[in-house]
Amino acid sequence: MPRYWPGRLAKHLLLLLFVFAALVPVYFMVANSFKTSEEYLSNPYGIPRSPTFATLGSAIHDGDLYRWLLNSFVFTVASVLLSTLIGAFAAYPIALMRWKPGPWLLSVLIALMVLPPIVLVVPLFQVMANAGQLNTYRGVIVIYTGLLLPFSTFLLASFFRTMPRDLLEAARLDGAGHTRMLVSIVLPLSLPALVTVATVQALWVWNEVLIAVIFLQSESLRTLMVGVTIFRSRYHLDIPLVMAGMLWATIPMVILYLVLQRFFIRGLTAGAVKG
Amino acid sequence: MTGRARVAPMPQRLKPWLFCAPLIVCVGIVFLYPLVALVRYSFEQVGSAYIPSTFVGLDNYRYVYSDSLFWRAITNNAKLLLCVPVLIVLSTIIAAVLHDQVKGWKAYRTFVFLPYVLSIPVVGIVFGYLFQQKGLVNSALQNVGLGALAQDWLGTSTWALPTIMAVIIWKELGFGVIVFLARLISVPEDMFEAARIDGAGWWRRLRYVTIPQLAPAIVFYAIVELITMLSWVFAYIYVMTAGGPGNSTVVSEYYIYQQTFQNTVIGIGAAAAVTLLGFVSILIIVRLWLVRRVELLGVEG
Repeated sequence: MPRYWPGRLAKHLLLLLFVFAALVPVYFMVANSFKTSEEYLSNPYGIPRSPTFATLGSAIHDGDLYRWLLNSFVFTVASVLLSTLIGAFAAYPIALMRWKPGPWLLSVLIALMVLPPIVLVVPLFQVMANAGQLNTYRGVIVIYTGLLLPFSTFLLASFFRTMPRDLLEAARLDGAGHTRMLVSIVLPLSLPALVTVATVQALWVWNEVLIAVIFLQSESLRTLMVGVTIFRSRYHLDIPLVMAGMLWATIPMVILYLVLQRFFIRGLTAGAVKG
Repeated sequence: MTGRARVAPMPQRLKPWLFCAPLIVCVGIVFLYPLVALVRYSFEQVGSAYIPSTFVGLDNYRYVYSDSLFWRAITNNAKLLLCVPVLIVLSTIIAAVLHDQVKGWKAYRTFVFLPYVLSIPVVGIVFGYLFQQKGLVNSALQNVGLGALAQDWLGTSTWALPTIMAVIIWKELGFGVIVFLARLISVPEDMFEAARIDGAGWWRRLRYVTIPQLAPAIVFYAIVELITMLSWVFAYIYVMTAGGPGNSTVVSEYYIYQQTFQNTVIGIGAAAAVTLLGFVSILIIVRLWLVRRVELLGVEG
């Protein structure tokens, strides 16, 4: 259908304006990561005249950045795996079995999904201190897993509900038990939902700040999100070095986003989550 | 897998409980027990391993409600709520334009959504440099002849909170756009086509077709963002201003954090947390009701 061209032009200009706004800070971070601090003094905003990887290199060698990266990775993988697994087992009876408490349990989970974390952190600190679990991988993985569970269970339950019923009935008549049904029929068919749940959760754990600030105060356990604030204070005046640190902290999630974009979008719009 | 056949068959009605047991244990540890403990702490002067806790009745609440810093924090949260209408208007317009299938709309969507994927500390630190006295924002203002407006954006108590609000809008906008766009895509295309054939212009279509179709998504997004502004902005404050300058950017979460973990008066922090929870639970209940309704209708997104 032919369209009126000034209208089309206006739409592109509007979108370009917002894309520009979205990219200014990203540009500043990326461009300066490839400059030396000398070049920054004469050229703070332009594209690098002689791009160098040296700044990115010294960021990762110099600070504790590498260890923070590893810690973030450990917390993210462990809590995402655990909460997806536990969530899948819980979602099965909620979505697919005639179970009276199911809908009630689901309501509780939906309410907990957006509960302010600061409210939980005050008593959790005492709980963890009494259990001797402050500054441990285990303690924080349990907290992250617990915080993720309402979302993972909710999303998997709404996906399980769309399973073809005949298939499940057929397996049932063949004498498959519930555990087998879940493991060999429901889960393989839910691969897109599992990826969706995992990506959204990974983004959340990777970017999480409050729990990390309060429960990971020992040097060796620190995650990237707290690490970057230390990194900034440490190298405050060497802006290219700070930006290189920020770029390292950003790359993993941006790659995940660019590769798995449609899963991100599906996950964040479906239950419409707090990310 | 040894002796599978010898396991006594479990009564069917216990199976669901068994499947949900790990969930219930985790939710109990991370959500339910802490909520009960929080309420108890709010009535106590909380001790330590050496000093027993003592019941103090409503003293903690009295202290919090007579603390001017607490009211300042609440006022700042109220100001943050102003981000929500801005987010809704901008998201609606961008989603409507993207939905017109302009060339390259998927690429536009990728970039508009990108800020939502970046982490708050990284965003906060980068913006911190851009908003410095000699940062990019002030240079840009000087170049267009508005040098008089230049200032230390995060360093003055008048401008620090509005600057943080701008950063929050920058980051949260993409979420609104994809929620609204997902909703528009699920609406049958005929509705828009019919309006077009009737000769309705872009703004009329927006007013009489797009916005009514978006209404449920707008309500949902508004609730989620209101909850965010009241109780999920800790990281912005922690990274960009740490509550300063001169307590001008303290929000309720930051107040609770300071009382509990810096001043270690846990009872006071708990009383403030219970109060915050009271405000937010109204919104949480509305959101629960919305989600359940969508679920029952079997509509996605």
